[in-house]
Amino acid sequence: MAKLEYHSEQKASPKMSVKDLNLYYKDFQALKSVNLDFPAHQVTALIGPSGCGKSTLLKCLNRMNDLVAGCQITGTVFLDGQDAYKEVNVNDLRRRVGMVFQQPNPFPMSIYDNIAFGPRTHGIKSRSDLDVIVEQSLRSAALWDELKDRLKKNALSLSGGQQQRLCIARALAVKPEVLLMDESTAALDPISTAKIEELVGELKDSYTIIMVTHNMLQARRVSDRTAFFLLGEMVEMGPTEILFSRPREKRTASYVSGEFG
Amino acid sequence: MAFSDAHGRRLKAAIVRWVIYGATLLTVAVLFGILGYILCNGVPNLTPELFAWEYTTDNVSLMPAFINTILIAALALTIAVPLGIGAAIYLVEYARRGNRFVMVVRAAAETLQGIPSIIYGLFGLLFFVTALGWRLSLMAGAFTLAIMVLPVIMRTTEEALLAVPNAYREASFGLGAGRLRTVFCCVLPTAIPGIVGGVILALGRCVGEVAALLYTAGSVAEVPNFLQQGFAAFFQPTRTLATHLYVLASEGLHTQETFATAVVLLILVITLNLGANFFAKKLGVKREDG
Amino acid sequence: MSAKFKEKLASALFGFTAAVSILAVALICLFLFLNGVPALADIGLPEFLFGSTWQPSSGIYGIFPMIVGSIYVTAGAMIVGVPTGLLTALYLSRFANAKIAQFLKPGVELLAGIPSVVYGFFGLMIIVPFIRTSMPGNGFSLLAASLLLGVMILPTVITVAQSALDAVPRSYYEGALALGADHERSVLQVVVPAAVSGLMASVILGVGRAIGETMAVVMVAGNQVQIPTSIFEGVRTMTANIVLEMGYAADLHRGALIATGVVLFVFILLITLLLNLIKRRSEI
Repeated sequence: MAKLEYHSEQKASPKMSVKDLNLYYKDFQALKSVNLDFPAHQVTALIGPSGCGKSTLLKCLNRMNDLVAGCQITGTVFLDGQDAYKEVNVNDLRRRVGMVFQQPNPFPMSIYDNIAFGPRTHGIKSRSDLDVIVEQSLRSAALWDELKDRLKKNALSLSGGQQQRLCIARALAVKPEVLLMDESTAALDPISTAKIEELVGELKDSYTIIMVTHNMLQARRVSDRTAFFLLGEMVEMGPTEILFSRPREKRTASYVSGEFG
Repeated sequence: MAFSDAHGRRLKAAIVRWVIYGATLLTVAVLFGILGYILCNGVPNLTPELFAWEYTTDNVSLMPAFINTILIAALALTIAVPLGIGAAIYLVEYARRGNRFVMVVRAAAETLQGIPSIIYGLFGLLFFVTALGWRLSLMAGAFTLAIMVLPVIMRTTEEALLAVPNAYREASFGLGAGRLRTVFCCVLPTAIPGIVGGVILALGRCVGEVAALLYTAGSVAEVPNFLQQGFAAFFQPTRTLATHLYVLASEGLHTQETFATAVVLLILVITLNLGANFFAKKLGVKREDG
Repeated sequence: MSAKFKEKLASALFGFTAAVSILAVALICLFLFLNGVPALADIGLPEFLFGSTWQPSSGIYGIFPMIVGSIYVTAGAMIVGVPTGLLTALYLSRFANAKIAQFLKPGVELLAGIPSVVYGFFGLMIIVPFIRTSMPGNGFSLLAASLLLGVMILPTVITVAQSALDAVPRSYYEGALALGADHERSVLQVVVPAAVSGLMASVILGVGRAIGETMAVVMVAGNQVQIPTSIFEGVRTMTANIVLEMGYAADLHRGALIATGVVLFVFILLITLLLNLIKRRSEI
């Protein structure tokens, strides 16, 4: 019975997936034929030592790597079965696949305008609609109660942890389907980190979350599935508990046991 | 509350893009328009007579003005370069952070930088020409220019010194060298390209200046006769190339010669600017290595 | 000479060279005010500033037309130069590919290096005749001066604005892109507002450059003492007033010209002050 369930999960088409993805920075190959599925409403963690390609893969998913000069890609990225590079407009892709960066990067404008930026970009002008979106987004990011009286304040006056949650709220305001988090707690203190981890747990009911993290404990705490990367190669992928407790690959085992990092 | 389709947004983006391209094209057109116009009309008029040693009302030779330009710029830089470099060394290498004196110096340099050249001319007239009794002269003009370009040299030297990695200074101090030795043996040599770039920039300013010189150096188109007059020749009135161009253009009598003069001035200034750029870039390369 | 003494001497010497700037500013203020203020007292400040007649031969010195002239010409230069300059800076900072920028940047610096007499001569030969043949008036006009000055402030506006735009953190731009905004919207709605104090500084520096410009304006503006009622009429700026009459002025006339310089100097000081305020605000 359990085995059957496992199969059915595999068969349900994933929210996003990558097929035979190779990525080159000029002569350097940063990703080597990566194949990976990201099931809907799950948190997938990408782990591995620095320079293993996990952040690069994340940036492929919303085409932020288009900004890097000399970056070339072969293979395919799918979003709901559509080719994200050929069949989806890049701006629509980035709306549907939101991103939270390593360093909190609120715009130097008011809290309200930060969150309203995305919806305005995508054609929502009515003040009342925007008010609703701002409140919803802040509530989803567990910020509403803290900030509801200070919406006109400059976003840069917030603390680092608040700024990062504001960035999450900002990403949610355009109603994305997938949320990419690029080591989004690396620059934060433990308390803010805990808040964001808790938030991720709540958000996965509505969104598909893919997070890059340096912190193996965080991957274990937060994610449903984990993929381990080494030198541009995806070494192993599986349910988080299994990957950490009974990895199939020796390299995974030595990394998760802390032998190199 | 649905997100609208992207069509209108794409149109808006395209309009923004083309407005920006248009403005840039306008800038480029103006640049080439001015350079092309002056060059095309001036170069054919460059005759050997224009470089005759004597200026007469029949042959408005630019040679005396050219020589005067070199004299006055050399003199101005002789004054301004040591002062400017010294001041920059003080600001970067000697002064303590947050020192009140430093703040006043910076404010003064900033003020000098903003003062229009006509005000320098007015001051030169009141101070050097009248109060010190130098009359309209090479000397008064050079001193006026020196004050005018002082902030330029200070600023560029300061930037060049700041670009020298602190490790050099620490290494020198670590070997027991004093501050003076550190500055002259380690810091200054590394910063030389940047400083030279600044000096050439200042030279360009001197060469192109009119408003500050009209009432300090005068507009007599003769080279001071140092052989006969000796030191007193410094107090002879002079006309520089830029002033020469202004006089010719306002007289409106010698259009062809005016174009030719404009070309010589333009080429001179462009060469100086390219030189300044060249040295400034050299510094940039060094900074990346460091 | 002991090493310690040598160090002390050097320190004092460098300190002195640094003090020269202060001395220069002090002397400039002193001599301008010393020579200008008595004339001001003689003429009377309100009569001088707001008098609309300038007739040195009859001893009437009102520089109001010149103040208005300077303001008109500067405003005209801003209308011409600021949009062009800011948009070009935007192009260089965010739209140009590396190759084009590499070629354009020295071009802009070249534009900055061209002496004002050469600009003036160009204006005299091209802009003035063009206006004379295709528009009312004899060509020497507020319009000619504004167009020429608009071009002359371009390099100032472009270089300062570009460095302000270049200094905006990359993360702002990336953050906007990641929300699905296109390049143009990300630049205009996020990068530009983030650079706004630097952009303001570029405009104010342009104002300073325009209001202080002398030779180019004298050559194309017509220089009639009048408050122009159309852009095709001639205009005289404060700078032009000084340069045109200083050659032969004496006594009170000379004092009045120096006082004109004082007024101009005060304008420039106010602009420098404004610039510093903006700089300080952007640092906080």
